[in-house]
Amino acid sequence: MHNVLSIRDLRKAYGDKIAVDRISFEVSRGEIVGLLGPNGAGKTTTINMILGVLQPDSGSIHVEGMELATCRAQALERTNFAAVYAPLPGNLTVQQNLCVFGLLYGVKGLSERINALIRQFDLEKFRNVRCGVLSSGEQTRVALAKAMLNQPHLLLLDEPTASLDPVAAREIRARIREFAVSGDGGVLWTTHNMVEVQVVCDRVLFLSHGRIMLEGNPKTLPDEHGQPTLEELFIAVAREPLTLERT
Amino acid sequence: MTTNYFRPVLAVMLRYFYLLRGTPARWMPVFAWVAIDIVLWGFITRYLNSVTSSGLNFVPMLLGAVLLFDFFTRVMHGVAGVFLEDVWSRNFLNLFASPLTIPQYLLGLVVTSTVTSLIGLMVMLVLATTVFGLSFFAYGLTLGPFLLILFLFGVSLGICTSALVLRLGPSAEWLAWPVPAVVSPFAGVFYPISILPHWMQFIGKLLPVSYVFEGLRKIIAGGTVPAASLILGGGLAVMYVLLACWFFKRVFRHAVRTGILARYSAESLS
Repeated sequence: MHNVLSIRDLRKAYGDKIAVDRISFEVSRGEIVGLLGPNGAGKTTTINMILGVLQPDSGSIHVEGMELATCRAQALERTNFAAVYAPLPGNLTVQQNLCVFGLLYGVKGLSERINALIRQFDLEKFRNVRCGVLSSGEQTRVALAKAMLNQPHLLLLDEPTASLDPVAAREIRARIREFAVSGDGGVLWTTHNMVEVQVVCDRVLFLSHGRIMLEGNPKTLPDEHGQPTLEELFIAVAREPLTLERT
Repeated sequence: MTTNYFRPVLAVMLRYFYLLRGTPARWMPVFAWVAIDIVLWGFITRYLNSVTSSGLNFVPMLLGAVLLFDFFTRVMHGVAGVFLEDVWSRNFLNLFASPLTIPQYLLGLVVTSTVTSLIGLMVMLVLATTVFGLSFFAYGLTLGPFLLILFLFGVSLGICTSALVLRLGPSAEWLAWPVPAVVSPFAGVFYPISILPHWMQFIGKLLPVSYVFEGLRKIIAGGTVPAASLILGGGLAVMYVLLACWFFKRVFRHAVRTGILARYSAESLS
């Protein structure tokens, strides 16, 4: 199976407001796909649907060929995520959170896996510290450690570097890049940091008003659409989505 | 069911035991409040025994009823309390985006509540027997079915309340605490339900716990509890557990469909 994520005609509306409008895309093994778009474009709605916490009105989501609607637990065993709006329980320590989520994801050799992640994300000195008292950057590292617990084949990251300083953000980007290149996994990444997108993503999808407007290589896409930078292209898509709609 | 099925159940339990270990205040509902209740009612029954000349022993009647009702309350609050920990720590997204299934989650809530409720029951039993002379041998073998009915009904109300909090949002948390107090007048904890108005008797007969307290009084009066009454109480309790699980699953599906679950902590609920 080449694709770790396959989405077909996904749609979600809240009453009259269409949040996601029949989008289709794939994420391949070893690929990092950036999901870009202005606030309210439908990025988080899309991620929530892939995580199974929001039911689409129509369309399908397949994780490694397994349909989420019918094989929810099996699909989610292969998936994990980190998002700024989903911090781990602040009243548990780093070790305790990793232990609880390791059990939830059925991780084998859990103690060794936790130790490896604590080393990898430089969390040793916070091992027995409650997550609620960590800085936002430290909490992000813990959330990423949790996201890597089950060595997911599909990793969903919703603005994972939003609260990190530039040094920490670069380290995290390098680790996620390493994860995609060396492992079996694919990554779907949302961010507003266009420099980050060009460094990390193999492919980007521009989302606006719930629809995919553009898709392509973040390094060549601005040129292809007569824009000097990815940021300018982002602004153009956000302002005039209809002129750039994907065919 | 394999060991893998129970790993997420263990995760739900482990989280609560980590919290218990790390926060002494969380032990208060496990045994402190029920212990205070036993001490209070122990002295009340002792006083009543000394001022009445009826020859009636209030210890097995009132103190026994308090103990059994506190066990039911503890089970119900135990289930809802573990659920509320996820509300308070805004953990739904992390939890339900994992492979955890609803039956596994509910089983985790129930097993956790069972452990904490049994601790509370032990504390109450020790206090009631050693300090106030309550003998549970007086209830005979029916104590087992009594406890089972109370446990099952506590579980059903705990799950049902959790579903309501999930449906109505975090601010509906207050619903979880007064439920046993609302049940108690109809359940005839301290009096026979025959003294209630007809409409209250009707509700009382639908409550499994009322069969326990009616049975308790029959035993103390020297009678026996009809097996049909225990079967009816037990049957109702099992039915309510099944209904509560169905209700929770239905509310969860609604929360996933409407986006309530994804946006739960925002309280922007319909």
